[in-house]
Amino acid sequence: MITFDSVTKKYPDGTVAVDNLNLELPTGKITAFVGPSGCGKTTTLRLINRMIDITTGTISIDGVDIMQQDASDLRRKIGYVIQHAGLFPHRTIIDNIATVPRLDGATKEAARKIAAELMERVGLPATFAKRYPMQLSGGQQQRVGVARALAADPPVMLMDEPFSALDPIVREDLQQEFSRLQSELGKTIAFVTHDIDEAIKMGDLVAIFREGGNIAQLGTPQELLENPADEFVANFVGRDRGFRSLSFDSARDLPVAHAASAADLVIEDGVARGWSINGRTHKLGGTFTDNDSLRQATDVAISSPVGIAVKVDQDGRATGVITLAQIAEHLEKQRQAERNSAPTN
Amino acid sequence: MFTYIQNNYQTILDALIQHIWLAIVPILISIVIALPLGYLAVRYSALYQVFNALFGILYSIPSLALFVLLPSLLGVQILSPINIIVALTIYTLALLVRSVADALRSVDETVLQAATAVGYTRGRRFLEVELPIAVPVMLAGLRVATVSNISLVSVGAIIGTGGLGFLFTRGFQLFYAPPIIIGIILSVLLAVIFDVIIVLIQRQLTPWARVAR
Repeated sequence: MITFDSVTKKYPDGTVAVDNLNLELPTGKITAFVGPSGCGKTTTLRLINRMIDITTGTISIDGVDIMQQDASDLRRKIGYVIQHAGLFPHRTIIDNIATVPRLDGATKEAARKIAAELMERVGLPATFAKRYPMQLSGGQQQRVGVARALAADPPVMLMDEPFSALDPIVREDLQQEFSRLQSELGKTIAFVTHDIDEAIKMGDLVAIFREGGNIAQLGTPQELLENPADEFVANFVGRDRGFRSLSFDSARDLPVAHAASAADLVIEDGVARGWSINGRTHKLGGTFTDNDSLRQATDVAISSPVGIAVKVDQDGRATGVITLAQIAEHLEKQRQAERNSAPTN
Repeated sequence: MFTYIQNNYQTILDALIQHIWLAIVPILISIVIALPLGYLAVRYSALYQVFNALFGILYSIPSLALFVLLPSLLGVQILSPINIIVALTIYTLALLVRSVADALRSVDETVLQAATAVGYTRGRRFLEVELPIAVPVMLAGLRVATVSNISLVSVGAIIGTGGLGFLFTRGFQLFYAPPIIIGIILSVLLAVIFDVIIVLIQRQLTPWARVAR
């Protein structure tokens, strides 16, 4: 756990970057710091590994004050990933990853062995080991950046806009793979981003910063979307927050009709192939399963040429159909039930 | 021409060896001094301005004037090679301090921040990250300084110690072309050889700088 206790960062010119911050980053979770530029989120992150010094207050990691240890020792126990990766251009990929074990005194062979394992873990082919960073794409470089941060197996990781410079497809890939990795590793992570979508996707908790270096709201993504604390948070979370909050509801309970009831649905061997409209077969526009969210089911219904979403089982067999109107009806009933069961106070 | 070489073989060789020696020593001394000065200039940006102004002025002092002035300043004989070495060290230094500072400044700030963040101490970061990454720009400066040095050594002949420059003064005194031609050819050859050596060193030190996407 990382604990901020009345932490303030004030620059000599009087600018207050972080203002009396009290915050707890729970162990094994990703806490996303998000906010407009100049809100102090990156400064807050850098206070943790003493890249920037605190003016007043204390930060402790698992109860130990960060000021009680040597700065470079502290940093070796904290993984650090930045935008554009910041790899060492003069070192091969494997030696980049081996950096921290080497600093900790491991032999070259031992450090490279660790690095080789990590390359595999972050999805880098072994043939990349002897290449230099310049020979890799942005996405590949950032995989190396993540591997370098993990090499000493630090309990804490700081990630500063790690995926922001990548193109959307590569970013999505890395986000997903990093989420998978994190579910295996359970690091305590502070994750800075300016992108609320990324914060909601990656964060177990999201801290929304406002200008002047304080937190407007801290909560789970669902809490922020459904219950923004004030106008600022509501605006920041965005106009389509209602639609996005559907990501947290399962499509499992949707009352689907039998697939055979949709006369225009083309089914071959149980598998839905498309919609037959005026004798021509059109694409399905996607399908959803029990494991998907209401957001995905709604999206499938909107994308469908006939406004009907097709539900499939694990083998891809069509098990039901539902119209957009029926999804909306279901949603309305669900909200009504929530309102009725909510405690009045 | 060939008879001149045959008759003066030993003289030419001595001049060549002296030339090499007079060129190399100031370079080595300058490298040792320029590294810490360049580092300071990067760390304290006010110093960068001061160094630029100071070495700019030093570099603009005519070499001949410096060669003539130095003996009385240093208190050594006018024929002493120390004069040439000190003078050339000043010129080389003027070029190299700036090269070292510019080279260090060319290192990507995010790379330096990453180095600090993964736990490098300042000293180790300088030796293991900043310096190696700065090598290509630094050696580019060294190449310029070295070639300029090799041509400057000849000027020393005016005060009696100038390596191959001796062949030029001799040629002018005798109004005779062969020594001058030989001097020019050897000077150019020397500059080319030194340049190639530096390039080879650079290839060894920076295999990473040659890779292309």
